[in-house]
Order: sequence, then C-alpha cells, then structure tokens
Amino acid sequence: MRRRFSSLVSRDTQADRVVPPTGFTARLTVFASGAMAFLAVFALALSLATGRLADQWSDALAQSATIRVSAPDGQVDQQVLTVMEVLQTTPGIKDARVLTDSEQRDLLEPWFGPDLPIETLPVPRLIEVIEEGEGYDPEGLRQRLAGEAPGAILDDHARWREPLVRAADRLRGLGVVSILLITLTMAAMITLAANAALAANAQVIHVLRLVGARDRYIAGAFVRRFTLRAFSGAAFGVIAGVLAILFLPSADVGGGFLTGLGFRGWHWILPLAIPPLAGLVAFLATRHAANTTLRELT
Amino acid sequence: MGSKTRKIKPLQSRDCNNCNAGAKLSPRNTGHTVIEFEEVSYGYSGTGPLLSDINLKLAPGSFHFLTGPSGAGKTTLIKLCYGALVPTQGRVTLFDQDVRQMTRDDVAHTRRKIGVVHQDVQFLDHLPVHENVALPLTVSGKTTEVSDLSDLMEWVGLTGQMEALPPALSGGERQRAALARAVIMSPDVILADEPTGNVDWDMSQRLLKLLIELNRMGKTVLIATHDMNLIRAAKAQVQARVLRISDHRVQLAGADL
Repeated sequence: MRRRFSSLVSRDTQADRVVPPTGFTARLTVFASGAMAFLAVFALALSLATGRLADQWSDALAQSATIRVSAPDGQVDQQVLTVMEVLQTTPGIKDARVLTDSEQRDLLEPWFGPDLPIETLPVPRLIEVIEEGEGYDPEGLRQRLAGEAPGAILDDHARWREPLVRAADRLRGLGVVSILLITLTMAAMITLAANAALAANAQVIHVLRLVGARDRYIAGAFVRRFTLRAFSGAAFGVIAGVLAILFLPSADVGGGFLTGLGFRGWHWILPLAIPPLAGLVAFLATRHAANTTLRELT
Repeated sequence: MGSKTRKIKPLQSRDCNNCNAGAKLSPRNTGHTVIEFEEVSYGYSGTGPLLSDINLKLAPGSFHFLTGPSGAGKTTLIKLCYGALVPTQGRVTLFDQDVRQMTRDDVAHTRRKIGVVHQDVQFLDHLPVHENVALPLTVSGKTTEVSDLSDLMEWVGLTGQMEALPPALSGGERQRAALARAVIMSPDVILADEPTGNVDWDMSQRLLKLLIELNRMGKTVLIATHDMNLIRAAKAQVQARVLRISDHRVQLAGADL
C-alpha cells in the first residue's frame, strides 16, 4: 500500500502529460479541498478548545466545595464553629476556612456595588472546603451537618460542574464529528470531480488502453493529479484558517470561551496534518473512482 | 524523456530469412499461430449473433484481408483479435493465451504485441504527433528522444509534422501517424480496420505499401476492408489470403479477387 501510494504520488512527467489539463475539475478540486481544510482548522480548534474548557471546569470545581450557613441572629457564629469542628473530623478534607467579610463583599460586588454594608445584612456565612485524595463522602457530610448544624447547606458544585462538563464534552464530540463530515464531504466532492474528469477523458483512456497502457498507469495519471491538487488546495486552506485563528481577539478573563477558541502550545502543529490527510483522501477517492471507471470500460 | 534510448528503425527486419508473405515464424512467437479462433461466436446484447462459429488461424508472417459488407462484423472480429471484446461463445487465443483467462494487465501487455490502426484513428490531441507516435513506448515505461523517431517518421513521410498537433493533420497523415504508432513497439501483428477508408487512392496505395513492407519484415498483417481494388493491388505484390464475412461466418474468398 505504501509503495503503491508513493509510486502513484511520485512525479512521472511522461504519465502526467498523457492526461490533458482540465481547468474545471482542477479548480473545483483545489477550491473544495481548500474550503474543507479551512473549515477543518476551525473544527479542530473548536474541538481542542472545548476539550480544554471541559478540563478547566472539571479541575477548577472538582476539588472544592462550599458550605453556606444561614441561621437566625445569634446562632450563626455558633453554627459556623460547629461546622468547622465537623469538617476537621471529616476524612478527605484538606482544609476549610470561613470567608472574611471582605471576600464576601467582593463576591457580591458585581451585583450590589462596592459600598455594600455587609455587616448589617443577613447574608449567610460561606465556608470554603478544599478536598484531598479521594475526597469526602458528600452524603455522609450532609447528614452530619443536618444533625449538628441545621442551618448549614453543603454545595459540592456537582450540579454546576456535571452539566458544564457534559456540554463541553458534547461540543468536543461535535468538533470530531465535524472533522469526520468534512473529510467525507471532501472525499465525495473529489470523487465527483474525478468522475467528471474520467468521463471527459474517455477518448484519452480509450487511446491509452489501445496502445497497451495498464489500468494502474492510467489510474495513476489521474490519481497523482487529484492528490496533488487536493494537497495544495488544503495547504492554502490551512494557511488561511490558521491566519484567521491567529487574528481572533486574544484570550483574556472577560473573553471567556470565544476568545479561547484557538490552539495552544504544540496544538499549533496539528493543522499541518490536514494537507497530507486531504491528499490521502483524494488519493483513495480518485483511485476508487478511476478503478471503477476503468473496470466498466473494455 | 530519458537518455538511454536507441534509434527506432521499423524497416529493419528481425531475423526474416524468408520474406515472402505466408506462414513463417516471428522471433517473439514460436507457436504455430499468433491469433486463433475456435468456434467463436459474438453478439451484442439485445441482438442475435453477429459472428457465429468462426474458426480462424493467423500464422506468424501471414497477410490476410478481411472483407464483407458494412455491418457484417469486420470491426467486431478485429476487436476480438486484440482482446477488446471477449467472445460470447468459443475461444480466442492470442499468443497461446486464452483471452477469457487473461487479466486486464495481460490484455494490456498483449496489446503491446499487436499494433492496431482504425479508420477513425484517435490521438491525444493535446500532444504533438511525435509524442502520440511514441505513446506505446511511454505507457510501457520506455523513453524516447524526438531524434530517435526520425527514421520511423521518415518511413511514414511525416518528418515535417512531428511537432504538429493531431487536429492539424490530414486524413492520410493521421492514418500514417497511426501506422507509425502501431509499429513503434515492433509488434508481431498489425491489425488495420479500414485503414484507407478516409484517404484517396494514392494515399491508400502508400499505406498499403507500408503494410506490405511490414509483412516482409515478418509481421502478421490483417486488414479489414471492403475496397476490392485495394485487395487486387495488394495481391499483385504479396501473397495474401482474403477472408469474407458472410452470413455471420468467415469464408475463404475466391482466388479471382
């Protein structure tokens, strides 16, 4: 297979000349593979970005939990103390601390502004819990808190984390499906273009067979041409796609997911795989089309 | 084009000790026949048999005409002779190989030993004449220089048209270019299907002379034609047998042709 691929792709000036240049199918193949490669770059970037997002959300929220203590005036401090004692004796908890007034004010600032008199408002106290190792048993902790500090409610972030991670995973899957669909679409378009070229060159094929050309020779002339066209078209598409990604707004805290759409680190190498993949797809599609057409001819 | 090439001289005989037309062995083929039909029938789908129970043997170095009315099956028989068609019944043997047993590669390889000239000769119109003539060498992986073709092109009288594109050639020039292409691989058999159909009498005589020269070199020649004058002219120069297709069968025609 590898030998056949290299023999078909390696340049054979004489064999290439026997097939006349066909402007329409040439342009169609280059354009189709270029457009598909451009889209593939974005699908790849989307898939990688959602993968990173899923990992970030999972990592950021997985090792922490929050306990919210709401109680009538005068009981809050007592219940906070009780909760802290419970947490100190709970396996799987590395650290726990009560958020200061200042930290709580910072959390509320986006909604109520900087001058919120938090001391005078019945705002629940928040306790940050950091897990260690395999973590704690959330159900067991809830039952203990319900018995010893009825105003304390454990929020282990699972209800936030799971749908977000699930959505990110699904987006990543859609990115992979998109790449697959792009590949299949490109194969279909190149097959159509190759069939058109083969039909337009029926006389050429007839003459070549008459003078003793083997099917491999005839197919090779078409396969080489389409493989190189698809490769070069995809190279242009990848360059355009990578430039478009480069000129996206840079990632910052406020930008969130959209500005995170791009490549990081060694992921920039991945688009380089698209032109050879496009060439391989064109090679297989054209070879199949050529062999089918030649078998139908005497 | 590569450099390790040799001058192509189609008029050089290959070990032809007895150059009279008739049965003699070709150096490449030591069997008794190069093409053999045994009880061969052929019919196109949806119609009755066009050819029926054909028995035919073409000995190496022989010269045959194939004649008959239009639509009798001359072109079909020629196509059976180079593996373009497979008989619906019976057996066609090319160089001791049953056509039915041949792979597509075998057929392609066999065609390099059979030169074919059609009435409506087809070329690759985007390539100059010399590249079209050298096409059988090109597809078999051999390389040629333009200068290597000079003798061959001179032989067919197309030295001045080597760089021309095929659409610029006249009917007679196209036929001669087709003949040059047919013989460039020094095939054992030349099949010509109405080679003089589109040319005037003088040109047909010139083509006939070339085909007779090839036969004298030891090539087996089969010419399908309905031109009786051409056959008479040929019989004056070469020992040729005339086969006639009549009522779907091939018969040996009378000696008075």
